[in-house]
Amino acid sequence: MNRVVITGLGIYSCIGKSLSEVSKSLYEGRSGIVLDLARKEMGYRSALTGFVERPVLKGVLDRRARVMLPEQGEYAYVATVEALAQAGIDQDYINKNEIGIIYGNDSSAQPVIEAIDIIRAKKDTMMVGSGSVFQVLNSTINMNLATIFSLKGINFGVSAACASGSHSIGLASMFIRNGMQDCIICGGAQETNIYSMGNFDALGAFSVREDNPTAASRPFDRDRDGLVPSGGAATVILESYESATRRGAKILGEVIGYGFSSNGEHISNPSVQGPARSLKLAMKNSGLKAIEIDYVNAHATSTPAGDSSEAQAIAEVFEEANTPVSSTKSMTGHECWMAGASEIVYSMLMMEQSFIAPNINFENPDEHSARLNIITKAMNKNIDVFLSNSFGFGGTNSTLIVRKWK
Amino acid sequence: MDKESIIEKINGFLVEEFEVEPEKILPEANLRETLELDSLDYIDLVVVIESNFGFKVKPEDFAPIVTFQNFYDYVSNRLSEKVNS
Repeated sequence: MNRVVITGLGIYSCIGKSLSEVSKSLYEGRSGIVLDLARKEMGYRSALTGFVERPVLKGVLDRRARVMLPEQGEYAYVATVEALAQAGIDQDYINKNEIGIIYGNDSSAQPVIEAIDIIRAKKDTMMVGSGSVFQVLNSTINMNLATIFSLKGINFGVSAACASGSHSIGLASMFIRNGMQDCIICGGAQETNIYSMGNFDALGAFSVREDNPTAASRPFDRDRDGLVPSGGAATVILESYESATRRGAKILGEVIGYGFSSNGEHISNPSVQGPARSLKLAMKNSGLKAIEIDYVNAHATSTPAGDSSEAQAIAEVFEEANTPVSSTKSMTGHECWMAGASEIVYSMLMMEQSFIAPNINFENPDEHSARLNIITKAMNKNIDVFLSNSFGFGGTNSTLIVRKWK
Repeated sequence: MDKESIIEKINGFLVEEFEVEPEKILPEANLRETLELDSLDYIDLVVVIESNFGFKVKPEDFAPIVTFQNFYDYVSNRLSEKVNS
């Protein structure tokens, strides 16, 4: 079995458009949440969202590549360029080696809606143009990046709601572990446009703390009232240890555990036992004990029920070890399909720079979060191993454990 | 619309949307080669003609269009037909 290492990271999010910007935001506890009043005009219950600026790719990518990329594809492209650069993988290396892509994404609402509007108005499907079909599929990220970078290895997308990004890394690690691939680009992307979140808003799951946007996402806090949608993209380059050392690449960390489970219960109501099974499977696969995990990056999105269930699941394993826990969603909002990958990037940055990012807005615990050691101010601390949880609609759960490379 | 305005409009969207360098647009130059058009690009050409001139083009209409001049003439003829119909 091959060891699976991380050699590159890339991030484009509401708290920064590069690894260095994001590191700073994480340490400072800076929120990327704003009020988008256009959502109110459209009938949203909540106008809160993470603000992510669209990258300008004219002059960077040719027209053919650009017309096929939806919003979240642009983010994924920028994050992937950063990750490949950090990994020291250039186009010449890609051309001569089999590199794959497994990328998380679970919607592409804007191009779907815009295309249907055009077809209804013009009564002619051709008027949607050539790029539409490549923008609307959930696999839009892997199909576009595989084309742009001329990838020749495995190529598919992962759609697992808010656990998509995490499963993409977990699945990629399995392909590398068993020797079927040497290097895979994985990650998660999430659109933030006004069409993307209307039906999620309909469930009443979003915070309505609109008078104070940066205080709205408050995972584990007693007075939390819902999540804040957000987005961007995060890319993680996974590689076999042998491949990384052969290239002389700097190894940043090692994926030592992947756990997963399905709740087998309600489609949206959270569960304690489903996430607990995922968490325990990852621990079992890593061979580590709770006391050996230095930091838990919680999934906690700031919903009353979800955070409560996760707090119980984490407490089952980590209460006795008093392991530091924080949810970076307190700053970023819920990056949905991207979150499982971005939270690996955030945790990797913390591990690299020896600090734990704060769970901002955590003022008072509830009965379950009181059992956790929640970090509320940036804490300087060595991290040798971290664990990251991601859970999604339909009861899909994913847990990853990463160890620092020494 | 006179011929000069039609040419100006076509060259405008070819430069803006198809990112062709203005100096490469010559009446006798090969349209497909200059624009590096593939089968998908013809669909976008249909869209851009519809939005700029208000008529629909069938992809097979492009078959006899080889040069930029052919393209100008085709659009010009279609617009005259529209006016006369």
